[in-house]
Amino acid sequence: MSSSIESLVNREYQYGFVTDVESDTIEPGLNEDVVRLISSKKDEPQWLLDWRLKAFRRWQTMTEPHWPNLKYNPIDYQGARYYSAPKSVKPLQSLDEVDPELLATYKKLGISLTEQKMLAGVAVDAIFDSVSVGTTMKAELAKHGVVFCSFTEAVHDYPELIQKYLGSVVPYSDNFFAALNSAVFSDGSFCYVPKGVRCPIELSTYFRINAADTGQFERTLIVADEGAYVSYLEGCTAPKRSTNQLHAAVVELVALDRSSIKYSTVQNWYAGDKDGVGGIYNFVTKRGKALEDAKISWTQVETGSAITWKYPSVILQGDNSVGEFYSVAVVNNKQQADTGTKMIHIGKNTKSTIISKGISAGEGQNSYRGRVQMLPKATGSRNYTQCDSMLIGNKCGAHTFPYIEVANNSSTTEHEASTSKIGEDQIFYCKARGLSAEHAISLIVSGFCREVFKELPMEFALEAQQLLGITLEGSVG
Amino acid sequence: MLKIENLHCSVGEKEILKGISLSVNAGEIHAIMGPNGSGKSTLAQVIAGHPGFEVTQGTIDYEGSDLLDMEPEVRAQKGVFLAFQYPVEIPGVTNAYFLRSAYNEIRKARGDEEMDPMEFLDLMEAKLKLVDMDTALLHRSVNAGFSGGEKKRNEILQMAVLEPKLAILDETDSGLDIDALRVVAGGVNALRKPDNATVIVTHYQRLLNYIVPDFVHVLAGGRIVKSGGKELALELEAKGYDWLVEAA
Ligand SMILES: Nc1ncnc2c1ncn2[C@@H]1O[C@H](COP(=O)(O)OP(=O)(O)OP(=O)(O)O)[C@@H](O)[C@H]1O
Ligand SMILES: [Mg+2]
Repeated sequence: MSSSIESLVNREYQYGFVTDVESDTIEPGLNEDVVRLISSKKDEPQWLLDWRLKAFRRWQTMTEPHWPNLKYNPIDYQGARYYSAPKSVKPLQSLDEVDPELLATYKKLGISLTEQKMLAGVAVDAIFDSVSVGTTMKAELAKHGVVFCSFTEAVHDYPELIQKYLGSVVPYSDNFFAALNSAVFSDGSFCYVPKGVRCPIELSTYFRINAADTGQFERTLIVADEGAYVSYLEGCTAPKRSTNQLHAAVVELVALDRSSIKYSTVQNWYAGDKDGVGGIYNFVTKRGKALEDAKISWTQVETGSAITWKYPSVILQGDNSVGEFYSVAVVNNKQQADTGTKMIHIGKNTKSTIISKGISAGEGQNSYRGRVQMLPKATGSRNYTQCDSMLIGNKCGAHTFPYIEVANNSSTTEHEASTSKIGEDQIFYCKARGLSAEHAISLIVSGFCREVFKELPMEFALEAQQLLGITLEGSVG
Repeated sequence: MLKIENLHCSVGEKEILKGISLSVNAGEIHAIMGPNGSGKSTLAQVIAGHPGFEVTQGTIDYEGSDLLDMEPEVRAQKGVFLAFQYPVEIPGVTNAYFLRSAYNEIRKARGDEEMDPMEFLDLMEAKLKLVDMDTALLHRSVNAGFSGGEKKRNEILQMAVLEPKLAILDETDSGLDIDALRVVAGGVNALRKPDNATVIVTHYQRLLNYIVPDFVHVLAGGRIVKSGGKELALELEAKGYDWLVEAA
């Protein structure tokens, strides 16, 4: 049995191809001049350059956090390049103008910017390295007054909104990686849904790192005005390289009164090979602020990256606001993940739910780190946390670090945790019913993750389930 | 259909089966009885392909092929079915989904089209009746939180859906109330066909009143110490196993 399972282990990363397009890339290294250069390449207003410079100066005074349960070689920040853009990119009017090589890349990724996808009701803002190359469905969205564009465009077209909300949830000084991102972020997505509008389609951004040794620092800002609703999907892949690449993104969500934002991520960055060579270092700051009666829901399926450091959080500022975090984090081979959430209850009668499913296989190390904080004024608030770990094999690890602080006496928190081992017996039972080992594992694991998968939009759920199967193939034996 | 010759198997250093020979032909029902720990479940699991047992000697031929050379799922696809003594729980996976996945894998292996969920539900309706099981159990996680009796019925439901050629029932009667016993036995009898065979592991003659075996074998200490017709079961009921174990 084990030999047949082992033969499945070495399945190659499917998205590990490199696209050969001419790039406009700057020399490695990071200093104020680089920050200025990035800003000027993007033709930014002075206030944004000033903000970047403040962030950069702040970053220089900060040190990389060492509290996560992660081990990796020091990152050489001066060795990385901080800007890379496909040269062909100038404002594009239609898809016909997009470099065919790029389109071919998207095709390989399984996303098409073609009408098929549009008919499927998905607007895709594709981020290729640092510059957005095509935004679809703009017209349909415009009818509803929904703004969905690259961050760079937004800076020029909606400066008041950007100036008002940029850094309002994640200030540039928030943490080491957020400061770095604020200084050098290259592009990203911006979305604004006006008062009372229910965004008619799922918005989607597909991120991809292509150029060698280029850190990707994208920034996403989503603002749902009063009573608005939006569902946003983010998928990520990166080519295979033997060196590590840094990815330090920032996502800010602003949910004004009675609005609702649903943010779903399927992260499948290159994880390194089975000996731990290469792979993405993923240090991401994601946070949302929910005002009165507003709701923010994070759903993430994290299967890629060599290192994942990520805590999508919600500041429950308004009374009766709701925060949710549904997470599946999978590590195999030498992957490490330290991920979880923070729920900061500030308003009265606020409610948060945390469902975390960690799966560890191979020599992977998976840590859940969560903070639930009920401030003195957050009376009558509730949190429910459920944190389950599944181990596949004997060399992996699962760790939980829950922090709970309740500063009033009318709020309640509930925490449940479990650790289970995927049993030889479960697999044998499935095999005895005609299922292959690979099918058995994905069945058992998706059963384990069911509570999270059901939060994902349909087509994403299927993709996530498949990814899980691929990530875990051959992990039992 | 099934021909086991001089089968030895061990777990680690410990030898559990010490030379089993057994032939099962199409259309036959065999009962295997014997004291606790004698190796009945081990034999059943080895036939199904459990990786935890190492076959050190002997052969198993199934319809002209070397069974021991096949992965468990291939055995299942070729019609071998084991109703587990201790059915396994799979949280989060609904019974219906599990059954449909299994059913479709087996169909695919046989070169048939997969069945879509709606058609499959119709099939289930009929099969549920056969084992007198509540539809609600279809939408619960596989065996999770099922009572002992429900788990056993669920095994028979799976058998009814998968329609194996060779079914091995490992103590499917243990833990069943008398009505359930009748239902399960009725199910097994209903599924009986001239080209199928059934091997029933049981401790109780009771079940054999409902499912009448052609042969009864007594397993003790990893060997078959006696084989006979259905009257052997009655004799065992009256005399216990000691006389056989001592004689062996
Ligand atoms: N995985 C294992 N590791 C060690 N010993 C085992 C293992 N599986 C079975 N055995 C031993 O092999 C012997 C036979 O076990 P088996 O389960 O086949 O008995 P059985 O005849 O089915 O008993 P029962 O009537 O109680 O179900 C027992 O002594 C048991 O402890
Ligand atoms: Mg037994």
